[in-house]
Amino acid sequence: MRPAGARKDDVTEQAVLAAGLSAGYGGRPVLSGISFGVAAGRTVCVLGPNGGGKTTLFRALTGELEALTGRVHVDGQPAYVAQTERTRLDFPVSALDVALMGSLAHGRWWLPPRRSQRDAAARALDRVGLGEHSGVPFGELSGGQRQRALLARALVQDALVLLLDEPLSGVDPASARVIDALFGELRAEGKSVFVSSHDVESARRFDLVLCLNGTQVAFGAPGEVLDRATLEATYGRELIVLDSGAPASAVTIQHHAHEHGAHGS
Amino acid sequence: MSGIELRAVLELVLVGGACGAIGFWVVSERLTYAAESLSHGLLPGLVLAALAGAPLVLGAAAGAVVAAGLIALAARDARLDADAGTAVAVTGLVGAGALLALAPDAPQRLEELLFGDPLAVGDGDLVAAALLLLAGGVALAALHRPLIASSFDAAGAAALGLRPTLLRLALLILLAAAVAVAVQGLGALLVLAVLIAPPVAVRGHVAGAAAAMLAAATVAALSGVAGIELSALTGTAAGATVALVLCAAAAVGALAATRRARRRPVAQRPGGRPRSRPRAPAAPS
Repeated sequence: MRPAGARKDDVTEQAVLAAGLSAGYGGRPVLSGISFGVAAGRTVCVLGPNGGGKTTLFRALTGELEALTGRVHVDGQPAYVAQTERTRLDFPVSALDVALMGSLAHGRWWLPPRRSQRDAAARALDRVGLGEHSGVPFGELSGGQRQRALLARALVQDALVLLLDEPLSGVDPASARVIDALFGELRAEGKSVFVSSHDVESARRFDLVLCLNGTQVAFGAPGEVLDRATLEATYGRELIVLDSGAPASAVTIQHHAHEHGAHGS
Repeated sequence: MSGIELRAVLELVLVGGACGAIGFWVVSERLTYAAESLSHGLLPGLVLAALAGAPLVLGAAAGAVVAAGLIALAARDARLDADAGTAVAVTGLVGAGALLALAPDAPQRLEELLFGDPLAVGDGDLVAAALLLLAGGVALAALHRPLIASSFDAAGAAALGLRPTLLRLALLILLAAAVAVAVQGLGALLVLAVLIAPPVAVRGHVAGAAAAMLAAATVAALSGVAGIELSALTGTAAGATVALVLCAAAAVGALAATRRARRRPVAQRPGGRPRSRPRAPAAPS
């Protein structure tokens, strides 16, 4: 798997590995100094402000962006679920069509989907609780249902590593519960799940936390990482500390207006 | 129906079938402006072919390649946005084409090259149209699933191992071929109608990309037949009449889609409630 530099022991021990990684869109790197390793069957919460490099990291892990320096290793082609607003709501596809796209990762893209692929897509929709909505146009689903349809696509892809870009932001509570439960199921199946988030509190439920602010601020178990100093270094002025005791309790201010800014992250 | 009319109808059914289907992807991938630029920018190639007595389809193909190259160069200028560079390149090409066509010793064919004449199609044009339909159909069938995935969500498609850039390139090649073939019937200025009007006409009326593609192809072919019949009845220019019928179909389809979207209960509309983005599946405004 890409890129070829990864040593064999890395491959066996770590499902995802970044070593001295920097990445960007031409010009100065948006993200630099990234070094971490994540074993199979771990969930990782990626925290950081808008423009902090969360999406850039995911694009480097999918291979869409070449590493400017350092290297990355990912077991297999990772599944990537972008923020739903990056999808086209006016394109005529049903929830089932979206789930079925996942099977394109298995080759034979020039042939119509096989029966087994259709069944896998239907099962994935059932799993995210959209079984009864399989024929509904994607654009007519609610925000949370759209997120779940995209997750179904990732399930059909059956990747070892899943990268989910803010899957819980702006979704209804019912969808959030389904999605949250799915993280646990995937973990139990030995999949590595990366979830970018604005929600500092939800990060505590993950095995590992990676804090980004253009560079790697911290990486480790939530109990070790989520202290006031780290969060302040990660978020700067976007952070409001509610309780500075240990463990620190804090929320972040979300600047959604900036979310589609020039950084693309 | 006279033999000439029959050939015109056959040409427009073949070209319409191919262009309607290709046009669906052109509109979906937001390449409409590229299509317009390409179809207008190939005029010098057409004129040179007419002057040399070469088949127009060859001149159109060569003109499309040169136009695509020039547009790509002009659009690269970072000081301007891509649209401005494209507009300058295309206007320059149309000007160069007109200059060549209006030279004193040029044959009087500029009008035909700009506005087309479906009644003048020869056997070679019919063969080219049939080949376009065949090759275009095979290519679109093979690329169907990747095109859907990539048009819907390019980043997601890339993560599935697809190559959205290559898909777009394939689509541009199909577009250039369609324009080069269709330009005989409708001319450099009107050819866009057969590519863009049909997908606009069917938008919001069909579920699924395959159905939209087939419906657009049908609308294009039927509009071609209706346009030829209408021009024979009214004595108007055939190419222009076909283009107007196509655009009328687009207007009617878009209006009907808007009414359809309004009649739907609010809960079934995209997103259920108004969101920050315009509700998409409604007709293009």
